[in-house]
Amino acid sequence: MTPVRDRPSILPLAADGLRFEARGARLIDGIDLAVGRGECVALLGPNGSGKTLTLRLLHGLDRPTAGTVRWAAGTDTVAGRKRHAMVFQKPVMLRRTAIANVRHALAAAGFPRTEIADRAQAALARFGLQDLAARPARVLSGGEQQRLAIARAAALEPDILFMDEPTAALDPGATRQIEAMFAELKRAGIALVFSTHDIGQARRVADRVAIFGKGRIVEQGPAERTLASPETEEARAFVAGDLPW
Amino acid sequence: MDGAFAQAFLLIVSFDAGFLGIVGLSLWVTLSAVAISAVIGLPLGALLAVCRFPGRGAVIVAVNALMGLPPVVAGLLVYLALSRSGPAGFLGILFTPSAMIVAQTILVLPIVIALTRQVAEDLWAEYGDHLTSLGRIGRAAVGTLLYDGRFALAVTLLAGFGRAAAEVGAVMIVGGNIAGYTRTMTTAIALETSKGDLALALGLGIVLLALTLSINVVVFGATRLWHHQLR
Repeated sequence: MTPVRDRPSILPLAADGLRFEARGARLIDGIDLAVGRGECVALLGPNGSGKTLTLRLLHGLDRPTAGTVRWAAGTDTVAGRKRHAMVFQKPVMLRRTAIANVRHALAAAGFPRTEIADRAQAALARFGLQDLAARPARVLSGGEQQRLAIARAAALEPDILFMDEPTAALDPGATRQIEAMFAELKRAGIALVFSTHDIGQARRVADRVAIFGKGRIVEQGPAERTLASPETEEARAFVAGDLPW
Repeated sequence: MDGAFAQAFLLIVSFDAGFLGIVGLSLWVTLSAVAISAVIGLPLGALLAVCRFPGRGAVIVAVNALMGLPPVVAGLLVYLALSRSGPAGFLGILFTPSAMIVAQTILVLPIVIALTRQVAEDLWAEYGDHLTSLGRIGRAAVGTLLYDGRFALAVTLLAGFGRAAAEVGAVMIVGGNIAGYTRTMTTAIALETSKGDLALALGLGIVLLALTLSINVVVFGATRLWHHQLR
């Protein structure tokens, strides 16, 4: 498998002035965010502050009312499969075995038929999930489903992976396993953008953080510095744990 | 009445050629109609679930309403279409098993489309984001939705089978209930009862119930087994 960093990338990604309105309500207003190759960015903020919607707009699931999502020049027409993938807060498990879930995604993404079986095996083995291969995906535990969903997305060899609250519903053990997967994905050079409520997690795994409040990014910067000494009032309040929203 | 039951039993176990012919034709006509409806209706129902177009709501309501199409009306329409002066009269299939298959397909198809649409739409509510993320939208989502809805869709096909197996009006009108050619279990039961031959009517009734039950048992067993392996 060619490491992601050794091939032309669709990154950097640049979102400019993203705005999204639904039924007259402005849910997101003026989001600017840039993600470079191999970067790990945590979107922090309370519920309803626009993290999920931002991920959906970046991934192209929803269309912004205003603003643009731009990928590296010329690579938006990369032939064949899409080079960014997304894992949802509640993992979507097809009514098939774990490995069939991976095979389905590979087939949908347009990988050559002859490679699909091997790639699916490798994708599970890469994260130590090979023992789950023949189990029906929908009877796996919450943590196993989330790991399978991430392995399935990683199997598509994306340049960037969006993850919506990947550990929100998990216990500390399962959270550690997911964070170990993050480390493996970062080693492979895959850029990660994930939302979380967990400030500790952002500190542990993210290079940069963007703190959301009321549909805007109130502050963004290097994880260490931004979380240690936030500059804005709102970011300080969020990091301190008193929720003014 | 006791005599009729005894005769009915004898008729069944004697494997009477005429009797078996009636049973065989019924199965052939009904299973053909269900098979044709499945081939057309499953993909069409799934498409209706995932495609957005003007008038979609009206189409859904119309298909749902057609589930209640009275068999005699379906029979009448097919009769008019296939009669010598009708638009499809040149086919010359009125009063043949083919005409009966056409009529029953018209009865079964709305059930298959309407229920498949609902099953696929419910699945899409769950899978939509993931499949959109993978680029499987619109027509490209149909295969996944049908495969993952397979257990509910098996019941949908059973409902279609039940509708066709139970009806008498449509096959009576377009088949003509010709002995040895277009006589099915339901048309024979109607005829023999009115003639007073309760034994034959009862025998056929018992076989019809038994066949319907066995087909349901087979489908139930198969989906259970499969379901157990792959939820």
